[in-house]
Amino acid sequence: MSKSTNSWRWPVNKAGSEQSKLPQPLWLLAELTYACPLQCPYCSNPLDFAKYKKELATDDWIRVMREAREMGATQLGFSGGEPLVRTDLEELIAEARQLGFYTNLITSGVGMDEKRIKAFKDAGLDHIQVSFQASSEELNNFIAGTDAFQHKLEMARLVKKYGYPMVLCFVLHRRNEDQIRDILELAITLEADYVELATTQYYGWAYHNREQLIPTREQLLHAEQVAKEYQEKMKGKMRIFYVIPDYFENRPKRCMDGWGHVFLTITPDGTALPCHAARQLPGLEFPNVKNHNIEWIWNDSPDFNKFRGLDWMKEPCRSCPEKEKDLGGCRCQAYMLTGDARNADPVCDKSPHHHELVATIDRVGKLAGTPEFEAKPILFRNPKNSKKITSDKETLPA
Amino acid sequence: MNPITGDNIPAITPTFRFQWEKAQNCFVVLYPEGMVKLSHSAGEIMKRCDGATSVDGIITDLHKEFPDTDLDVEVYKFLEVAREQGWIRTK
Repeated sequence: MSKSTNSWRWPVNKAGSEQSKLPQPLWLLAELTYACPLQCPYCSNPLDFAKYKKELATDDWIRVMREAREMGATQLGFSGGEPLVRTDLEELIAEARQLGFYTNLITSGVGMDEKRIKAFKDAGLDHIQVSFQASSEELNNFIAGTDAFQHKLEMARLVKKYGYPMVLCFVLHRRNEDQIRDILELAITLEADYVELATTQYYGWAYHNREQLIPTREQLLHAEQVAKEYQEKMKGKMRIFYVIPDYFENRPKRCMDGWGHVFLTITPDGTALPCHAARQLPGLEFPNVKNHNIEWIWNDSPDFNKFRGLDWMKEPCRSCPEKEKDLGGCRCQAYMLTGDARNADPVCDKSPHHHELVATIDRVGKLAGTPEFEAKPILFRNPKNSKKITSDKETLPA
Repeated sequence: MNPITGDNIPAITPTFRFQWEKAQNCFVVLYPEGMVKLSHSAGEIMKRCDGATSVDGIITDLHKEFPDTDLDVEVYKFLEVAREQGWIRTK
């Protein structure tokens, strides 16, 4: 190697300092199946998931992984539904690892045992993220809709035993937000390397159940304090991720780091999405990997270009000095809360719809804890409810 | 934790992955759901953290490849950062 190409520079790069010409799908999320033994009412799968019955075959997934890897994909998440339902998971992991992916298994732990954890390790799996629904058995099993808590504890211990880095994920909402201290203590007991205190994102089932899930301002304030306390206390031992839910902010999140920028989701039936919630947006067809290769889907398909860059924006985003920072927020949230995906995400207080969101938060805050309000049933995520919702929607006048 | 010394032997932490990424044209460190791109020189240091070579040995080897560079201080600085981030362990 000649010296001119082999120069010495200060070792740590500024992240993202090298801009390539085209964005690369660095993150591939493989939603292997919509089947799931759990019924969490904040599931990010579409409400009508039950109508998608045909799953991609093993060979299709292998081709998708190979093509995405050639495009620069590095992180691969096996998700669902519950990815453990797929009997070819070991094979897919082995193939992914061979391709050079960093492989993440995002699971409830239900459907796992020691034999499988070992087989995944042999296949080259890098990391297992186990989700919990709460820190107490009773609430965990209520939210999950199944008696899974003890099994999850056992799986978390085995994940450590086999030397995987362990991420514990807790989705927070009004029902479990006050358990935050117990949740973090549980994570310490289980020796988690990372804890994701994932705030409920109001898409899919969570949007349908949002009145039953939105926390109060007091709950959030408390949770934030406790999270900070433990972040300090566990410094260097356990990393704790805590983000304030965007509904309570005045500026929107930079959703998915931009449409078609780093993130590529493939749904169980092969539909390619710029994020796992995008399927609901009207007027978009979204390409399927059975008909197109990943290169065309990512670089050339109209849908992946639809909200790239800033040209699609309307006011108040178009003339906003902060538009490059947050890219106008989330397209799905804009659609769900204003009816137009090109509008500003109403989390932003410059949106003319922001006050509606604030009113929702205020109303929930006022009514939370009252027996009548809390008695409203939660809709659990299962095929029966999915079919019912889909047929109810279809009988509505257009 | 004690400052890193010349006879410490650094190794990549098993829960992190260090590899060359063709699409990024650089070495990267991978961990659950994340990636750090390393500069050329960081990659050169990290690839020598093999669990057998001491810091002194790494520096000697780097001097062979970059003969006219005063790099000793930077190697120590980088290894401290890498250890703090958890990418490497020292014994």
